[in-house]
Amino acid sequence: MTRSTTESRPLLALPITDDDRRIARYSAAAIALTIAEAALPSPLPGVKPGLANIIVLLVLLRHGWRDALWVGLLRVVAGSLLLGQFLAPGFFLALAGAVASLATLFFARHLPRRWFGAVSLSLLAAFAHIGGQIVLARLWLVPHDGVFYLLPVFATAALIFGTINGLVVARLFAVSPAPSFYQAGNES
Amino acid sequence: MNLPEELRTLFATARQGAPQQAWHTLFKAGDWLLFGVLLAASIAAYPLLWKGGVADRAIVRRDGQVVIELALDAPRQVSVAGALGPTVIEITPGRARILADPGPRQICVQQGWLTHANAIAICAPSHITLQLAGKQGNYDSLNY
Repeated sequence: MTRSTTESRPLLALPITDDDRRIARYSAAAIALTIAEAALPSPLPGVKPGLANIIVLLVLLRHGWRDALWVGLLRVVAGSLLLGQFLAPGFFLALAGAVASLATLFFARHLPRRWFGAVSLSLLAAFAHIGGQIVLARLWLVPHDGVFYLLPVFATAALIFGTINGLVVARLFAVSPAPSFYQAGNES
Repeated sequence: MNLPEELRTLFATARQGAPQQAWHTLFKAGDWLLFGVLLAASIAAYPLLWKGGVADRAIVRRDGQVVIELALDAPRQVSVAGALGPTVIEITPGRARILADPGPRQICVQQGWLTHANAIAICAPSHITLQLAGKQGNYDSLNY
């Protein structure tokens, strides 16, 4: 009697670690905020509250930059898949913004915590976000200096939403610096 | 609702009387500093990036050929020879006009001061045009 193929061990086993579960949970929250935000009307494409960045910053403060990178990129990819925007221009703009803001956070996280709190991180991330988007738009979508006319509006939006998101992150982090079930290890 | 556990704990803590904190205490010194710098930069961005319509020189042409270019920084009057006789152009800082022209209907004279980049006054009988130019104009041409 031959062995049934269903009884054989899988050729490739992907162990799911606690890191994976944690990143998946945070990403789910960030994606939910991305979807919710897509329903909000916007006066100008690109002017959005960026609520998902609250999650990314919270992950950065709690679990370090590597986790924030995963959550930040996963929410752009998965969010765009759910919205039907994957590989559309809007997806690349969002990706450029996310990459620029995560790169900025890579350096900004070394700012002394005593003087610079979540609001600073959020403001820097928000401005890097519009910076990355407008640079990509200039290079690729609108190859004309005219796109820079929008910069003052984007900067104002980044200032307002960056501050508000930063205050939310500061408050959430003050209430709960790290969930109890993750306190052992995982600090990168 | 099936929230991620982190968020559920977080919302629960926030609901059940986490110590109330005034929002401004969440700002640290460096946060205020950075906020101030970015606020100043954002405000400064408006005039810096939206001054495209400002004219900085006047170009006088006869039959389409440039006769003279005048900077709009100091008041002066210039007389240009047109097809019917001299056309007088007056400049004051930031604007220019045709002060006098021998044309029969005086259309370009009555147009008055030109203030925006690419605004143009045409004295057709004299074959003279006066056009303002800036670094970047809002319009290809302006006429009234």
